[in-house]
Amino acid sequence: MIPLSWYLILAAAIFCIGVYGVLARRNAVAILMSIELMLNAVNINLVAFWRYMSPGVISGQAFAVMVFAVAASEAAVGLALIISIYRRRFTVAAEEIDMLKW
Amino acid sequence: MPTDFLPIAVLIALATVLAFLVVLIGHLFGPRRPTATKLEPYESGMRPYGPGQRRMPVHFYLVAMLFILFDVEIVFLLPWAVVLRQLRLFALIEMVVFIAVLLVGFVYAWKKGALEWE
Amino acid sequence: MTLVQILFLLFGLVTLLASLMVVTSPKLVHAAFWLILALAGVAALFILLEATFLAVVQVVVYIGAIAILIIFAVMLTRRVMHDTGPQVNRSWWVALLVSLVLFGGLVLMLAQVPALAGTPAPLMVDQETLLEDLGRALVDADRYVLPFELASVLLMASMIGAIFVARPPSGSEERSGER
Repeated sequence: MIPLSWYLILAAAIFCIGVYGVLARRNAVAILMSIELMLNAVNINLVAFWRYMSPGVISGQAFAVMVFAVAASEAAVGLALIISIYRRRFTVAAEEIDMLKW
Repeated sequence: MPTDFLPIAVLIALATVLAFLVVLIGHLFGPRRPTATKLEPYESGMRPYGPGQRRMPVHFYLVAMLFILFDVEIVFLLPWAVVLRQLRLFALIEMVVFIAVLLVGFVYAWKKGALEWE
Repeated sequence: MTLVQILFLLFGLVTLLASLMVVTSPKLVHAAFWLILALAGVAALFILLEATFLAVVQVVVYIGAIAILIIFAVMLTRRVMHDTGPQVNRSWWVALLVSLVLFGGLVLMLAQVPALAGTPAPLMVDQETLLEDLGRALVDADRYVLPFELASVLLMASMIGAIFVARPPSGSEERSGER
């Protein structure tokens, strides 16, 4: 079988890739995609800990379902904000969106 | 058990191989004699005008967004529905509250015309 | 090296490479397609972890809905990144440094925990029992009924917010499709 540390290292790698994407990408949609990657890494961790540490308690899966709900809401509102900003400013580059009011 | 998913894995592998194979065979055996006319987007003589990538109306986004949120609702509904017969009235009331709250958002979407399509 | 380990390495490698392509791909639509591959890899990992319900949810919600939403958003904000130069900002090397340091720190931390090398006991219950337990946990007053109801409030709020923000102003030319 697979040691738990393999899953954790894989999840850490995916999370760090997501961190790089959030910090380095210019396009706001790409930043949101990187956030989805980070949420997925968290989900891998939750499910792996559920399976290896406490398979009798369903908490890990319940948490993962909550993460799904949060991810869906976050994607819906975040992309709506990006579309709204694009409609007014004609840009989706994160560093050009630098005013609180337009 | 993960072995239950073997047919799906076989199907995915077959689909991937087939997709590449079909393109590869067409690429290897198909004759290619391109002329300027053949390479136009519409070979039948229509002149393409304007940029090829036009923005879509925002309604596509709104419909997809509504789909996502009700999709997540299904994720909560399904485990609840599996054990519905063993649960007492309390669980039913909880789900009614859950759906009622989401219904508020649905009514808002309806009133604001997010469901209407020109 | 057992078959399960080989499968894990295969899926893990695919997920990792796809995630790397998501953050490095110069074209945004390609990045979205790589994101779909990465999400599918995570679903395969869920199956290896015997969380089959979550694997199905991953495919239905993430690949079927969120990835499609992202592709729609890319198509709605087109014509932008063709002329604005590079895809990474000026301080991308700082970001690379931060993520590498974070990864190194996490691996160092994981290496110090000896309990993580163990392998799990076989799962005693079948998937139907797990799903029923999840259903009971979600509506149990002692467990997760509060997050459950809060999730509906969150979904409602995001639905109203997204419609309010993304709806075109009435009478705008966008209703006819082309700006």
